[in-house]
Amino acid sequence: MVKFNKLKLGIFIACWLPLLWLLLDIILDNLGGNAVQAVHIRLGDWSLRFLCMVLAITPIQTMTNWRGMAEYRRMFGLFTFFYATLHLLAYLVLDHFLVWPIIATDILESSYIWFGIAAYLIVLALAVTTPKWVIKLMGKDWKKLHRFIYLAAGAAIMHYFWQLKGNLAEPLFYLLVIILLLGFRVLVSFKNRVVSRLMLPKGRR
Amino acid sequence: MIIKTKATIPEREITDQRIFTARRAIIKAAAGAAALSFLPGESLAEAKKYANVPLGPYSADLKPNDFEDVAGYTNYYEFSTNKTDSSVLAQKLTTRPWTITVEGECEKPGIFDLDDILKNNPLEQRIYRFRCVEAWSMVVPWIGFPLAGLLKQFNPTSKARFVEFTTLYNPFVMVGQKSKVLEWPYIEGLRIDEAMHPLTLMATGMYDDELPKQNGAPLRLIVPWKYGFKSIKAIVKIKFQENMPQTAWNKSASHEYGFYANVNPSVPHPRWSQSRERVLGAGVFTPKRATELFNGYGSEVASLYAGMDLKNNF
Repeated sequence: MVKFNKLKLGIFIACWLPLLWLLLDIILDNLGGNAVQAVHIRLGDWSLRFLCMVLAITPIQTMTNWRGMAEYRRMFGLFTFFYATLHLLAYLVLDHFLVWPIIATDILESSYIWFGIAAYLIVLALAVTTPKWVIKLMGKDWKKLHRFIYLAAGAAIMHYFWQLKGNLAEPLFYLLVIILLLGFRVLVSFKNRVVSRLMLPKGRR
Repeated sequence: MIIKTKATIPEREITDQRIFTARRAIIKAAAGAAALSFLPGESLAEAKKYANVPLGPYSADLKPNDFEDVAGYTNYYEFSTNKTDSSVLAQKLTTRPWTITVEGECEKPGIFDLDDILKNNPLEQRIYRFRCVEAWSMVVPWIGFPLAGLLKQFNPTSKARFVEFTTLYNPFVMVGQKSKVLEWPYIEGLRIDEAMHPLTLMATGMYDDELPKQNGAPLRLIVPWKYGFKSIKAIVKIKFQENMPQTAWNKSASHEYGFYANVNPSVPHPRWSQSRERVLGAGVFTPKRATELFNGYGSEVASLYAGMDLKNNF
């Protein structure tokens, strides 16, 4: 299905390292007093980081003219989904041991989780529409659907913000990254519009 | 009176009181013997400062957390909003000499040296569960004295309906005070009957030793049935007053952090549930435990709030 060259294989393996690192820290009891929270932050952070990497690929392509990167977007997208799923599972299993009535109460009373669920549902929808035949089947709708990644990013950052008391540095950092990545695209599309307008015949300007 | 063990506390969390006391006696004896056998005289300085402080009443028979859990995970925004950075930054604080200013509705206001206060208020150990508003908890063996005894020494007047506490303000040392995360100095307060309640403690130590600086040295409040942010650190001022104090978190977000801040599983924070809490130090594979009304101290303090709507007075 996927042809692996050496670079791609290297990156693929690297994408597993955060999980390996986390498992090592769990085994070695390196996560401090609030270990479950440390697991949540670690997995949540990596979901957000992979999401940022997905969004960084188009700007890098634009700047470097290197076309070989589209495949990595797909890989990073799937790893976003992978780490987000682990993040969700850690919540369900480690915090609540899969006791559903307790989980229901917790979700109902915790609005920060609603943002997390929204972000996860979007990432889930993007992940299940990954196979090439689905892309073909969906045609133009595929691109429309996958624009929702910005909404997922926004919801994920809100999910982060909304559960904190006063230490907002981390979510602010991700917010800045997302704004820069989105801003770059806005600038490029603006530039393209201006350029294409300049290239139109004189009478139609 | 000793707090009854609640059924919600798993058996393994509990150390039998007799075993616990015996264990402490053995450790203390061993430490003392070791100290004496090597260097008589000076070696005693190496023993923990409060190793001989007796276990006081109201101590819950719970197994304390590891010292590292308590000393390495602190919300101390005066230094940093990061719970581990504050442990490092707080070491710059000078905790002696230390004075407490007492003012307001009392007959004997003044400026008092902390060491004099400690001489006049015999220390005891209290093992309390500490529940943070961020939905985690830990069990800490505090060293301190009842606040009531201290307050009575200043003869509060009949107008003293509330007590206000203030933390040190010194942004050169408390570098977190340079940023406006909260309005500085940090202010907390209690109703006078809450302040006079025998559970309410002024702590100067924990784990048989002085308070680590990041945990609020040299003097902090401990109100075990309220969320942790009520338990103000590094206190420099105590003021008796007629009106309800304007507390730091309440000023910052009044709809999220009330004056009372009693631990209550059925009153969620506007953004998260308070029905359960993470147990610090329990490891990755221990799910959250159910939070108890008044953090398990209901039989002692519920009467303070008789007839009061706890949802509106959160």
